Amino acid sequence: MSDPNIVLPALAFYFFAGVTLGAAMMVIVARNPVHCVLFLILAFFSSAGLFLLNGAEFLAMILVIVYVGAVAVLFMFVVMMLDIDVARMREGFHDYLPVGAVIGLVLLAELMIVLAGWTDMGVTPGEPVANWGSAEALGSVLYTQYVYAFQVAGLILLVAMIGAIVLTLRRRSNVRRQDIATQVNRRVEDSIELKKPGIGQGVDL
Amino acid sequence: MTIGLGHYLTVSALLFVLGVFGIFLNRKNIIVILMSIELLLLAVNINFVAFSYVLQDISGQVFVMFILTVAAAEAAIGLAILTIFFRNKGSIAVEDVNQMKG
Repeated sequence: MSDPNIVLPALAFYFFAGVTLGAAMMVIVARNPVHCVLFLILAFFSSAGLFLLNGAEFLAMILVIVYVGAVAVLFMFVVMMLDIDVARMREGFHDYLPVGAVIGLVLLAELMIVLAGWTDMGVTPGEPVANWGSAEALGSVLYTQYVYAFQVAGLILLVAMIGAIVLTLRRRSNVRRQDIATQVNRRVEDSIELKKPGIGQGVDL
Repeated sequence: MTIGLGHYLTVSALLFVLGVFGIFLNRKNIIVILMSIELLLLAVNINFVAFSYVLQDISGQVFVMFILTVAAAEAAIGLAILTIFFRNKGSIAVEDVNQMKG
């Protein structure tokens, strides 16, 4: 009998890796874009499992929260909102299959050659860190050594947010909107005129 | 049977190849192209995390966080552009994207 401390992580690895790769395959071949997004979510979930196997627990949670919770839902919204002509999208799928397969195989062969020729490079592992991969360990590096990069990342997110809003905001011309500045700037003498008409005479407006 | 760095590198190489393959396969479908880009970034992240674990260096995980940031920003901007393009043209087919005559 083999040691369960070795077998169980190996089984978990093969499970998560298989699900990730299968879901990724379905993302690129699925007919319906909604199914593509759902398989993308599955791929993210199972690679969060791969992260966990490497002890990156904080990143695994971030992957589930940010990717599944925000990015994939964003994709889903866009896919649902736009009127997509699935048949037209699938045009040429089989025409591009051979060239895509050739390029993919060449890339795969190159990567496998790199992997086969890869040796230790003489890099020695650092000291094993206590509470490896936790939010505390990550934060103690992120907020000290990488604090400027962290600020830049925040700026990137801010710019992306403002950019997305500016891009998609539209002013429709036939809709009456409240103009608060005009409302506040209205004065009594501009809007009300008191008249005292004589008897039997009308009022000039 | 022990799972080492090589296993993770293999998975991420396969995932990367699937992402590239997806871009070629779905040349007409810009949404699936964006999703393939997410797959590429995910493959890179798996590499970073595996190396970070083997070398016991947490900087790899910090980089994964930055990649996640940039990927989220890219997805948001890309989908916003897609939405306004659809609003203007009524279609998101890639071959209709020819206004800049590029």
